Amino acid sequence: MTPIWDAISTLFRENCYLSATTTVGGYLLALSLQKKFKTTLFNPVLVALFFTLIALQLFNIDYETYRRDAAPITFLITPATICLAIPLYRQFELVKANWLAILAACSVGTVVNAVLVWLVARAFQMEYVEYMTLLSKSITMAIGAGITQEYGGYVAITCAVITITGVTGNMCGTFFLRKFGILNPVAQGLAIGVSSHAFGTARALEIGETEGAFSGLAIAITGVLTVLIAPLAAAAPV
Amino acid sequence: MGYVRQFFVILLFSLVGELLNRLVPAPIPASVYGLVLFFLALETGVVKLSAVEDAGRFLLALMPLTLVPLTVGLIDALDVLKSVLVPALLLGIVGTILTALAAGAVAERLARRRERSEK
Repeated sequence: MTPIWDAISTLFRENCYLSATTTVGGYLLALSLQKKFKTTLFNPVLVALFFTLIALQLFNIDYETYRRDAAPITFLITPATICLAIPLYRQFELVKANWLAILAACSVGTVVNAVLVWLVARAFQMEYVEYMTLLSKSITMAIGAGITQEYGGYVAITCAVITITGVTGNMCGTFFLRKFGILNPVAQGLAIGVSSHAFGTARALEIGETEGAFSGLAIAITGVLTVLIAPLAAAAPV
Repeated sequence: MGYVRQFFVILLFSLVGELLNRLVPAPIPASVYGLVLFFLALETGVVKLSAVEDAGRFLLALMPLTLVPLTVGLIDALDVLKSVLVPALLLGIVGTILTALAAGAVAERLARRRERSEK
């Protein structure tokens, strides 16, 4: 690299606003591309990730530094998630009326997820530890990491798989649901929240308040259900 | 109500959620405690909707963005992910869609049945 470029990247590397600016900028760019081309291909989370990675590479910034500089953004995860209580409160009549659908969808989703993980673990002749590491893939990171820790799995892998799951749900969850005739806002919200936690819920909120409220509710219920069935899954032979 | 005061109320629930997460020996995250308590406060009228609505709308709009730094962490974990890359991708992509479809199909049927019975 030329000395000038070195100087420029040092300037950027030591600037704590670079990480946050590229992340927010990439996110906004994706939103405008999405509007212009009317396709969910430009998924905001994915495009922001892409731009951030380019910036990190370009200015030679390591992940630790990025994480420190992006802390003001990550700081808002809990306050933002808590605000799901607002659509939930507004939609509470609909929630009460659909209690059976909520319980059924969350139970079915939790069990299907566990069975799929078990099947894949068997097919790939996985170690017990790896199997338990993947079990929590569909739930929110805070609970999933806790379960993995409890059963001696690899927390970093759990977080990575939770992310892959989330990005999948965020990007193409609604596409497949629509394809298979799942059109009811309550059902869509539940399906997204059960399968792809907060990442999916972020997308559900974009579709509508009902979808967002039910998706947020499904995160909490599925998380708790997964904690409850984890001992059962742990007892299954792989 | 003023934005700062609205933000304060939301922060307060985050704080309490975080405290419960530390004090209660269960793997339930701070955000779930906070969400439940915040909802109960709204439902019982302890917190009025108008006292949190604007800041809440802003924070909800920010929610997808707050998750981006976590996805960047995925790149850092690629090395450890290598050992289970194929099954992880299979479960993360195909498994997620199948789970969504299974839960969605059940919910769709029950939600429709309820709507019909109401008419």
